[in-house]
Amino acid sequence: MAGFFDIKARKDAAAAASSSKAPTTKQETPRTQPWVEKYRPKTLSDVTAQDHTITVLQRTLQASNLPHMLYYGPPGTGKTSTILALAKQLYGPDLMRTRVLELNASDERGISIVREKVKDFARSQLSNPPAGPAGVEYRKKYPVPPFKIIILDEADSMTQDAQSALRRTMETYSKITRFCLVCNYVTRIIDPLASRCSKFRFKALDSVNAAKRLEEIAGNEGVMMEKGVTDALVRVSEGDLRKAITFLQSAARLVGATQAASGKVKEGDAMDVDGESGATVTVAIIEEISGVIPDDTISRLQSAMQPGKKTSRYSSVANVVTDMVADGWSAAQVVSQLYEKVLYDETIPDLQKAKITMIFSEVDKRLVDGADEHLAILDLSLRVADVFAEE
Amino acid sequence: MALLVDKHRPRSLDTLSYHPALSARLRALAQSSDFPHLLIYGPSGAGKKTRTTALLKELYGPGVEKIKIDARTFQTTSNRKLDFTIVASVYHLEITPSDVGHTHDRVVIQHLLKEIAQTQQLDALARHRFKVVVVNEADHLSRDAQAALRRTMEKYSPNLRLILLANTTSNIIAPIRSRTLLIRVPAPSVEEIAQVLTSICARESWTPIPALHARIAVDSGRNLRRALLMYEAVRAQHEVVTADTPIAPPDWEALVGVVAREIVAERSAACILRVRAKLYDLLVHCIPPTVVLKTLTWALVGLLEEGGDDGVKGEVVRWSAFYEHRIRLGSKHIFHLEAFVAKFMRIQESYLMGMDLDF
Ligand SMILES: Nc1ncnc2c1ncn2[C@@H]1O[C@H](COP(=O)(O)OP(=O)(O)OP(=O)(O)O)[C@@H](O)[C@H]1O
Ligand SMILES: [Mg+2]
Repeated sequence: MAGFFDIKARKDAAAAASSSKAPTTKQETPRTQPWVEKYRPKTLSDVTAQDHTITVLQRTLQASNLPHMLYYGPPGTGKTSTILALAKQLYGPDLMRTRVLELNASDERGISIVREKVKDFARSQLSNPPAGPAGVEYRKKYPVPPFKIIILDEADSMTQDAQSALRRTMETYSKITRFCLVCNYVTRIIDPLASRCSKFRFKALDSVNAAKRLEEIAGNEGVMMEKGVTDALVRVSEGDLRKAITFLQSAARLVGATQAASGKVKEGDAMDVDGESGATVTVAIIEEISGVIPDDTISRLQSAMQPGKKTSRYSSVANVVTDMVADGWSAAQVVSQLYEKVLYDETIPDLQKAKITMIFSEVDKRLVDGADEHLAILDLSLRVADVFAEE
Repeated sequence: MALLVDKHRPRSLDTLSYHPALSARLRALAQSSDFPHLLIYGPSGAGKKTRTTALLKELYGPGVEKIKIDARTFQTTSNRKLDFTIVASVYHLEITPSDVGHTHDRVVIQHLLKEIAQTQQLDALARHRFKVVVVNEADHLSRDAQAALRRTMEKYSPNLRLILLANTTSNIIAPIRSRTLLIRVPAPSVEEIAQVLTSICARESWTPIPALHARIAVDSGRNLRRALLMYEAVRAQHEVVTADTPIAPPDWEALVGVVAREIVAERSAACILRVRAKLYDLLVHCIPPTVVLKTLTWALVGLLEEGGDDGVKGEVVRWSAFYEHRIRLGSKHIFHLEAFVAKFMRIQESYLMGMDLDF
């Protein structure tokens, strides 16, 4: 059997595949595409919820100029989609490859490499639509402004040095190139770079807009949703539309499969089981796959932490924590859900809350440093319990 | 002779012995053609790997079991050569980027994944067009290596699906969590572990001893791998096995127990010195410092049980967590273990003197 990295075998296989007339090198059909990709916005107007940004960018389609840009915001809010859609609308499909350079964190981005790549790209001849009527038609559809775009996606993972080196590069080629930096944390972009760009903030999606988009997709895919499902999706994904769409698709597959299976069993039944589209996604399924810790698990920890019981507080807290760790709940999730609970608990006096916040801050830092989760959670719970016990 | 752990490892989703709902969920995902990227997480010994292997078989059929091992070399930008091992079938491959360490795992991810993503599935009749890359110890990936996955996961999704395996999601950056479906694998319950032991008896033609199984299940701390190793040891060490056969802890754990008893009994510089040799011994034998510290902490808290003061135990946990964090940040593990020992003595001393804990 041919191995994965056997180049010759791979070539042979590719040759065999392309020579045989059967369409073995099948294109990915929409059916097999993850919905996040299938429903990636193709034009600026497809982008949901980032109204201000989109209005401004729409205007640049008419004008023949574009500033350097910096997009920032949490994951799954449309940053990459927006710049790709903008580029496509500016240049059209034929010129995308020659006019747009995308460098992201999966590319080597050391100082010299970025400089080289940018230089080569910037210096290459400016491609244009073909002369003649076809070109005129093309220009009617796409403005094709006289500069190229360099997208530095996931720019917050570039080193400070590499960013500094970019300043010069940006200036050197500013006549013929525009940069678009994309990142999650604007603070990780050095000031001299950030100040050269127009900044666009991408907000976590608000529930109305996110729900609208999710309903569109569900409608398109023939997924039936119980009332409240979109709300649940938006809630558990915290405004990250990518996450919400993945949850929706997975939930649809899960109910689809179970439905299909039970459909087989009761074949004779009068119940109308119409393949996958007959199944309904429920709020319970969404909550289950979202990885959110159920309320009663968190409550169990909370009540073990309460003062004034006969039994040893240490052992009751330690037992609950041991169970939670064995059940695989991640510490980060425990910390954030417990924090919510404590913070919104009106019965806890402010002074205590202040003390508790400090404990959370310390433990969060430790977890980010990779500290052991079991010890961290136990320590957190015991110390918060101590604060509760203070009078 | 194969170990019990390997010999009776279930190979398909149908034969997995616990979490039936989870198995059903994985089957549903595998049968749909638009399988998502997965992040499978849960405590060690919960059976993540076994489940993943079964999932691959559900995805591609028995062909995934024909694996071979590839040795690859990568070059860093500073021209260092990195040797890296890949386990692969025609349909999937499995990598452990943390093998090459935090400074270089990014290089492996950047080169390898793109290369895979750009090649087609070899077997034209494969059930899925995409290949699966299983990434072990994903929570040990550096941030840069994780960032390197981001666009690759999106751009090459027609050719590539990732299954990330991790003990926790805490160290996985938000953009990666956003791109994966999270699947939690809880450790089996004590009862489930006992059942697995019983079912193994049937296959090995041993007489089942429910009381012993239950004890092992509890002692294992809901870690199935550990339970199986313990059971194997008990069966190997004793001619006749009964409900009361003692379950000897592994040597290193016994040694940690000795350390705990010594420092509870004597609080002195001389004792610290004696204990240092033992702690060193543990580290030399490749017991991870965090494991030493945790095991020691639980042993100490257990010994304090009779005295039963909650405050002291909380204090011990607090400093254990403190020094464990130090271990992560520092480089000389023995320093922090020793500092914890000294701190423990101090805590106990002040407690016995009835002093306020005031450090
Ligand atoms: N504003 C939006 N409108 C419509 N779809 C969106 C939007 N934001 C995200 N999506 C959906 O989520 C997917 C991912 O979005 P995108 O790649 O643009 O996120 P991003 O902001 O670049 O995230 P990251 O910071 O993780 O790279 C898209 O393919 C699309 O399906
Ligand atoms: Mg992006």
